[in-house]
Amino acid sequence: MTYVAPQKPAQLANFAFAGSDNNAAPWLSELRFKAREEARRRGYPSNKEEAWRFTNIGPIAKASFRIAKGNNQTDVSPYSLGSDAAIELVFVNGHFSSRLSKIDRLPPEVTIGSLRDAIEAEHPIVQDTLAHYARFTVSPSSGTPGDGRGLSAKFEANPFVAFNTAFIHDGAFIHLPSHTEIDGPIHLLFVSTTTNGAGELIACSHPRVLVVAENHVTATLVESYVGAEGQTYFTNAVTEMVIGDECHIDHCKLNQESRSAFHVATMQVEVGRQTQFISQSATTGGKITRNDLNVSLNGEYAEATLNGLVVISGDQHCDNHTLLAHEKAHCPSHELYKHVLDSHASGVFKGKIYVRQDAQKTDSKQTSKSLLLSDDASMNSQPALEIHADDVKCTHGSTIGPVDEEMVFYLRSRGVALEAARHLLTYAFAADVTRRIKVEPVRRRLEDFIASQHGLPLDLRITDLGAADDKAR
Amino acid sequence: MAMLEISNLHARVAVPGGKDILKGVNLSVNAGEIHAIMGRNGSGKSTLCQVLAGRDTYEVTSGQVFYEGKELLALSAEERAREGIFLAFQYPVEIPGVSTAYFLKAAVNACRKHRGQEELDAMSFLKLIKEKQAMLEIDQSFMNRAVNEGFSGGEKKRNEVFQMAVMNPRLGLLDETDSGLDIDALKTVAGGVNKLHRQDQQRALVVVTHYQRLLDYIVPDFVHVMIDGRIVESGGKELALELESKGYGSFEEEGMIARNAEAAAKGVQVR
Repeated sequence: MTYVAPQKPAQLANFAFAGSDNNAAPWLSELRFKAREEARRRGYPSNKEEAWRFTNIGPIAKASFRIAKGNNQTDVSPYSLGSDAAIELVFVNGHFSSRLSKIDRLPPEVTIGSLRDAIEAEHPIVQDTLAHYARFTVSPSSGTPGDGRGLSAKFEANPFVAFNTAFIHDGAFIHLPSHTEIDGPIHLLFVSTTTNGAGELIACSHPRVLVVAENHVTATLVESYVGAEGQTYFTNAVTEMVIGDECHIDHCKLNQESRSAFHVATMQVEVGRQTQFISQSATTGGKITRNDLNVSLNGEYAEATLNGLVVISGDQHCDNHTLLAHEKAHCPSHELYKHVLDSHASGVFKGKIYVRQDAQKTDSKQTSKSLLLSDDASMNSQPALEIHADDVKCTHGSTIGPVDEEMVFYLRSRGVALEAARHLLTYAFAADVTRRIKVEPVRRRLEDFIASQHGLPLDLRITDLGAADDKAR
Repeated sequence: MAMLEISNLHARVAVPGGKDILKGVNLSVNAGEIHAIMGRNGSGKSTLCQVLAGRDTYEVTSGQVFYEGKELLALSAEERAREGIFLAFQYPVEIPGVSTAYFLKAAVNACRKHRGQEELDAMSFLKLIKEKQAMLEIDQSFMNRAVNEGFSGGEKKRNEVFQMAVMNPRLGLLDETDSGLDIDALKTVAGGVNKLHRQDQQRALVVVTHYQRLLDYIVPDFVHVMIDGRIVESGGKELALELESKGYGSFEEEGMIARNAEAAAKGVQVR
């Protein structure tokens, strides 16, 4: 890794900070300005910073970007969940397209739509919530946007959140009042289509998602980030989720970006008392991917499940940073991240569990398992525990290795060919995560992708492999 | 010609400077015969099984093996399985994420395809499974569990014999299938093996064991004593009883004498 922290003045030129949108509400202009100043001050992170040690963002830092334009004529059928989705919001290059979206069947008190529309309609919750949780400043918490409301310094300010916030323009806004139950997944589909001519700036979008669920809400959310293969672009997404008490919220994130694209995303989740939150993250796309998932359990008996799967090859790089903060007592959490790395691919997993002094009876389990399919693939896995309470159970484990030769021989001794045995074991390794995904079409899409990568017949699904684990969630 | 003809087989651990384990094994197994190989820990019994099954952590340094007239050592592990050799593992491997049903279906169909037979569809496979499950008193839930994952020692061994029943091999190699079994499980497993033998009079079995106990249930036609990588004594089933009373010690001396004789023939002195 030869990347050196770029010169600060040069970084600013890389993002054409558009001075457009002069009609924006004062609070929004102020927020953007503040984020822009922070972005200017902070610049790109360098490899010298602990949180960015293993991810070389040089290719992003050296590139110059332009804000991509929307396109209502895009064919999104290959990515659409179609009738499997209750609601589907489609964003083309970060811009909401009502023409391509499906928002019928919505109860009147529920808002699911474009963030831009909500801002224009002066939805009170937007102003009160947007950028209050995804932290981008380093100043001590004072309850103002960007500080991370009520958060301690355990969440580090992320410069890419500052970039995103400086460019807040569109995205999704979802408000689910108490006792809302949405049947079927709400699909947020972010499609990148822009092609770059020679010498052109690289297309960039900063999608922003804000989800506010009050109490007793049940909903499933899917965020898909996709783009046609071979295209170079940069997606810099931020998702904020504020979840009240006694909710069931299932979140799936699929990164199926072009393998030439850059994808950086931060997700900040606030979880209330007795709420069950499940995050399923899957990355198969992106040349450079960095995911930051920060989850704060803010009420007693809240439960978080964080599962992740990365299946990459070629020169792809994926870095998953998770931070699970146990703020209150009696909260269980389960985390399972699996990386499958082929050819020259590299992966990073940094999983931090933070247990505040008050968070007694915390029961936290973290597992990271990585499969290296080639001698040139590499993985860095770092579990980290920071525990300030004295009556807790926290376990973590990490394994990195090639396909188990004992298992391969066992299969071969039963007549299964060497290559088929390796593929089957790789598939089974990944299926351990995919089978926990409750959104059937998402699971199927992912499994089909993995099967096709490994030359397995497409009808090979976990239902065939079948080995159900009762603990699966 | 014998079904399995092993001559002067030498093998070592396949690492630089790897330890020699098999030091000239000779064994001939005819169709329909049951052979028992007995010996201490580390005498090479399991290595012999693994080498015959095609394990590449061992390197054959010299010798020949013919199986049904073919040069066995030229075949890959999967080809040997498809040609009808089945190894019941001493330590069956756990495969998380793959159900026993899927695993067996893949195995059976790989073998059928090799033999030019049509692959079994779900229904015919289920029928086959049910029949063999009944024979080995195997619970239905077995099939949906990941291969060997969380199985007790006994369940794993029973699963091996169940797999053997499903795969229907010509030659079964049972590597310490009795270890870890209580007396009831031993009877069930041995009963299953005997049924398999009765079903196909041409099927041959090579049973590796430490103890004479297993041979009360699976009655061998021949017993071989393996010491330090070679078979030093062969006989009928009564040899097992002799071993039980005399121990391996007396045979070890014979092994020494044999080595000395060989060395003398080569003109080298061995202490």
